[in-house]
Amino acid sequence: MTTAHALTATDLTVGYGDTTIISDLDLDLVAGAITVIVGPNACGKSTLLRSMSRLLPPRSGQVVLDGRSIHGMPAKELARTLGLLPQSPIAPEGITVADLVGRGRHPHQGMFTRWSRADDVAVAEALIATDTADLADRAVDELSGGQRQRVWIAMALAQDTDILLLDEPTTFLDVSHQVEVLDLLTDLNRRRGTTIVIVLHDLNLAVRYADHLVAMRDGEVYASGSPETILTPELIESVFGISAAVITDPTSGKPLMLPIGRHHMVDRGGPDAADGPAGHPASD
Amino acid sequence: MTRAATENARGVVVGRRPARVRLLWFGIAVAVVALLAFASVVIGSRDVSIADVVAAIGGSVDNTSEAAVAKRLPRTVLALVVGLALGLAGAVMQGVTRNPLADPGILGVNMGASLAIVVGIAWFGLSTATGYLWVATVGAGVAAVFVYAIGSLGRGGATPLKLALAGAATSAALASFVTAISLPRGDISGTVRSWLIGGVGGAGWTSIGQMAPFLAVGVLVSLLSARRLNSLALGDELATGLGERVAVTRAVAALGAVLLCGAATAIAGPIAFVGLVVPHACRLLVGVDHRWLLPFSGVVGAGLVVASDVLGRIVARPGEVDVGIITAILGAPVFIAIVRRRKVSSL
Repeated sequence: MTTAHALTATDLTVGYGDTTIISDLDLDLVAGAITVIVGPNACGKSTLLRSMSRLLPPRSGQVVLDGRSIHGMPAKELARTLGLLPQSPIAPEGITVADLVGRGRHPHQGMFTRWSRADDVAVAEALIATDTADLADRAVDELSGGQRQRVWIAMALAQDTDILLLDEPTTFLDVSHQVEVLDLLTDLNRRRGTTIVIVLHDLNLAVRYADHLVAMRDGEVYASGSPETILTPELIESVFGISAAVITDPTSGKPLMLPIGRHHMVDRGGPDAADGPAGHPASD
Repeated sequence: MTRAATENARGVVVGRRPARVRLLWFGIAVAVVALLAFASVVIGSRDVSIADVVAAIGGSVDNTSEAAVAKRLPRTVLALVVGLALGLAGAVMQGVTRNPLADPGILGVNMGASLAIVVGIAWFGLSTATGYLWVATVGAGVAAVFVYAIGSLGRGGATPLKLALAGAATSAALASFVTAISLPRGDISGTVRSWLIGGVGGAGWTSIGQMAPFLAVGVLVSLLSARRLNSLALGDELATGLGERVAVTRAVAALGAVLLCGAATAIAGPIAFVGLVVPHACRLLVGVDHRWLLPFSGVVGAGLVVASDVLGRIVARPGEVDVGIITAILGAPVFIAIVRRRKVSSL
C-alpha cells in the first residue's frame, strides 16, 4: 500500500475564454479508492479532471494536494504523485511499446540522469501488469484499440504515481475491452492502493467499478457517495434528464440503471404496440 | 509479482533499445560525412594530391594546389557547420511544432533572417559578419513567432497544414519585400543576390569563428531539450501530466532552433529543405527518440550540405552551382512525398 495523498478542490471555478464551465466546485477525493465521475455531455467532468491535473488554471479557488496548491508545485514533483491519462494522447509514429511506456519515467529523471535500473523495473512491471510485455517491441501504430489503451495505461503505471486520473479511458473500445481496462484499473487500485479517478460515459460500468461515484450537472457536483446509496431513479432523472429504473445487478450486487425510452414497453401490450409516450417504469 | 517474471520482462525491456543498431548507424553517418568532407577538399576545378591536402592542413600554401586546398578547407568546414545547424534546427522545429512539415525554410524563419539582413544592408550599413549574425537571429525569431501565431489562429491550433501554409505565405511575402528593397538599389543588389542564393563558397575562417558562439549555444540548447521534446511528442496534455512545462519547453527549444537558423542564414544565406529532409531520413534509421534523432540529424545535415556543395562543383565544372540550389533540387521531391503521405497530420 502507498501512503495516502489528499487531493481536494475548493471553490473551484474554471472556464475557457468567456464561458465558465465549472463554478464554485468542492470535491474531496477519497484516498485509496476508485472515484468515477459521471454526468451528461458538457457537464464539465473532463474540465474538472483537467483542472485537477493542472492542465487548466482555475479562475478562482484551488486544487490542493497534501496541503499545497498544485499550481504552485514544481511540475515534476507533482508528476511523481499525480498521473494523468488524457482522452486522446498521441503516439509518435513508429514508436515501440516499450519506448512509449519508458516515457512515463520522465518525471523521475533529471536533465542529466541516465536511465536507471529503477526505470527498467518500473517499465517491466507496468508491461506485465497490463499484459503488454509480449508487445514490447511492436510499434504502437500496429496495435488494436484495446491493446493500445493497455499500453497507454502501462505508461501511466510506469509513471508510478499514487494518484491516477483518467479521462474516458474506455471510449472507442468495444465492451470486452472496456471491461478489461476497468478490471485492470481495479487490480491496480487493489494491489498498489493507487487512488484512481475516472471520467466515464457509461453509467452502468461507472456504478459497477466505482467505490465512490460523483455525479455532475452544469459544472457542479450534484451528488456524490457510494453508488448503492446515491444511484436512484430521481438522481438519473435530474442529472441525465431521462427516466430510468434501477434494479440490482445479479452478478455484482451493484445498482443497475435501465433507461426508459418512448418505445418497447412490455406493459403496453408487447413490442409492436409500444410507440406511445413514456409510460410507467417497469417495476423494480 | 514474481521476481522471475520481472527478470523475464526486463529481458524484453533490454531488447527495447536497439542501441547497438543506432550506434552503428551513427558511426556510419560520421564516417560518410568524413569521407564527404575529404572529397570536398579534394574535388574542385583543380585536382589536388593527398600530399597537397596534408601540406595545406599544415598551413602550407607554397604552390597553387596547396593554395586551392587552403581555400577549400574553410569552405568545407562552413558547409559542415551550416548543415549541422540546419539539420538540427529542422529536427527541433519538427519536435516543437509536432509537425512533419516544419523546416526553417518552409516556416519562413530563414526568410525572416534574410529580410532582416537585407534591411540592414540597405539602410543601416550592415557589413560585418557579427552584425549579420545578430540581425539574422532577431529576424529569424520574429518570423518564427509570427508564423506560429498565424498558424495557431482558429480551431484546432497549429496543425501541420496551417503552419506550413502560414509559413509559405509569410516566406513569399518576406521574399517579395527582399526583392522590393534590393531591386531598385543598384549599389547593394549584387551583394544581396549572391548572399541570398545561399553559398558556402565565400567562406573564411573569420566569419566561421564569429558564427561559432551562436552555433554552440544553439546546439547546446537544442540537445538539452531532447528529452523534453520526447514528452512533448505525446501531446500537450500528456506532457503536462508528465511534469513538463509545455510553453517553457517550446520556447526554449525554439530559441535553440532560431539561433541555429539565424547563424546559418547569416553566413551562408537561406538554404532550404535541409531541415526538412534530414530529420525524416534520420527517423527511419534511429527512430523517434530525440536523444538520438537530434545529434543524428546534425551529422546527416552536415553531410547533406557538404555533399550538395561538392555536387554543385562537379555538375558545372569548371564553374559551380550554389549549394542552396542543389539542396532545393534534392529536397523538393521529398517535401512532396511527405505531403502526399496520409498521416501528414501527426508526428
